[in-house]
Amino acid sequence: MTGETQRQLPDTDFAVVEAPTTLSVSVRINGKVVTRDVEARTLLVHFIREEAGLTGTHVGCDSSSCGVCTVLIDGDVPVKSCTMFAVMAHGRDVRTVESLAVGGKLHPIQQAFWDQHGLQCGYCTPGMMMTSLALLGRNPSPSEHEIREGLSGNLCRCTGYNNIVKAVQQAAEMMAPSAAPEVSHD
Amino acid sequence: MFPASFEYVRAHSSDEAFSLLQQHGDEGRVLAGGQSLIPAMRYRLARPGVLVDINPIKELDYLIEEGGFLRIGATTRDAALEFAPWIRERYSLITSVSGVVADPIVRHMGTVVGSVCHNDPAGDWTATALAARGVVVVRGRDGLREVPIDEFLVDSYTTAVKEGEMALELKIPIPDGRTQGSYQKIERKVGDYATCAAAVQLSLNPDGTIRQAGIAITAAGPIALRVVEAEAMLIGQLPTPALFQAAAAEAPKIATPNPDQRGSVAYKKDMARVLVGRGLKQALQRLEAGQGGGVSA
Ligand SMILES: Cc1cc2nc3c(=O)[nH]c(=O)nc-3n(C[C@H](O)[C@H](O)[C@H](O)COP(=O)(O)OP(=O)(O)OC[C@H]3O[C@@H](n4cnc5c(N)ncnc54)[C@H](O)[C@@H]3O)c2cc1C
Ligand code: FES
Ligand code: FES
Repeated sequence: MTGETQRQLPDTDFAVVEAPTTLSVSVRINGKVVTRDVEARTLLVHFIREEAGLTGTHVGCDSSSCGVCTVLIDGDVPVKSCTMFAVMAHGRDVRTVESLAVGGKLHPIQQAFWDQHGLQCGYCTPGMMMTSLALLGRNPSPSEHEIREGLSGNLCRCTGYNNIVKAVQQAAEMMAPSAAPEVSHD
Repeated sequence: MFPASFEYVRAHSSDEAFSLLQQHGDEGRVLAGGQSLIPAMRYRLARPGVLVDINPIKELDYLIEEGGFLRIGATTRDAALEFAPWIRERYSLITSVSGVVADPIVRHMGTVVGSVCHNDPAGDWTATALAARGVVVVRGRDGLREVPIDEFLVDSYTTAVKEGEMALELKIPIPDGRTQGSYQKIERKVGDYATCAAAVQLSLNPDGTIRQAGIAITAAGPIALRVVEAEAMLIGQLPTPALFQAAAAEAPKIATPNPDQRGSVAYKKDMARVLVGRGLKQALQRLEAGQGGGVSA
């Protein structure tokens, strides 16, 4: 920059532009419909955190890699909510980590993460648990290898993978139909 | 990171999607699973003016065998191929790819057709489609046209889909009982793009000679590349380790990988050779074991 005369800001993002148009988006999150006017570029994770006020869903890498923002769409489909626009979830069901505990009682997956020390700082935990829920829904008794594969889109920077795998194994046992039916968790 | 502003329109049928794309011309862009497009928009590498969301189009979500082809619709997710038991039984090449594309969460949203349309130099589905002799059905101004995958993949991130057009499906010839495939991928960690990968498909004649060979490498050039010389070398021959070695040695000759944190040019070229060799070996093993991979198997 030295020796150059100051230039005008280029006419890009920084220029004042007309307010972008917004769309009315309704998403059923954990059974409750949340309707807001948002820009089309609003990512689902921001809709969940900032519009619905549910901050259990985290933002980690913000580059579609770490899976901490994982939520379930339409029941059992895990998606990285930082890689979906909120408008794409319009009229659909979203399930976040806040839906797991019912009436103050931990979901078996939460209980298993607790019992097995499946978390350290806890940052990756919501995504780990939502991915685990989808995994166990599809495959109620996964092998260790299948658990590792199934969770491979979720990164834990505290590197506690072994206990996470153990937690999912325990959760699978707790959720098996033969396990004592305590309280319904769904 | 937020993408730049854009307009969003939802299409409920392929007719509607097509007319929206026609209406918006060079501003319009198909939004399929968004697993490549949304990250690119967040990095501001892509700034489409109008996104035409094809996710609501149920009629394009299919995985069927018809007219000698496996037809994969434009909104069919990677996960659908991964979890269909009949695909696992009969399509060994597809089965060895479907579990190694990106990570399991991404595969629930990403579509096979979207991946082929994205034409990333390191794409797994592009190499697979090349080895399996896929055909892309494109809806254009003059109606439908069928584009063989070799012509479809034009250059990095560029395909034969022109402005205002869209791809409707990818068709893969149904392998017969004496066809097997293998996908060999080296990645730094699970869920990563390939450092290098090879897709291989082999068909045998009743006398044991090779009837057809499909070999493609990815992350080894501007687009996935068919190793044509290697294919030609195999046809009509009895499969032997020496023949496979000679065929595999053709891969580094056409590979033009970029050096990056995944490896040097020399390393990647050599991996192209190694992976083609391993793919051929595994496809042959599968043929010998009479494992799935074909309708009559
Ligand atoms: C963490 C991560 C890891 C990944 N790893 C891999 C990997 O290992 N291997 C790999 O191959 N890919 C990988 N990907 C990329 C991703 O899997 C695919 O590129 C993606 O699935 C593309 O499909 P999509 O449906 O999401 O397409 P989108 O992102 O929606 O679209 C991609 C492009 O194709 C165009 N397009 C889509 N559908 C059509 C259509 N029907 N007609 C015309 N144009 C269309 C779009 O306009 C856009 O330009 C990874 C992605 C992520 C986020
Ligand atoms: S924040 Fe969504 S994948 Fe990392
Ligand atoms: S527990 Fe800290 S990131 Fe996983």
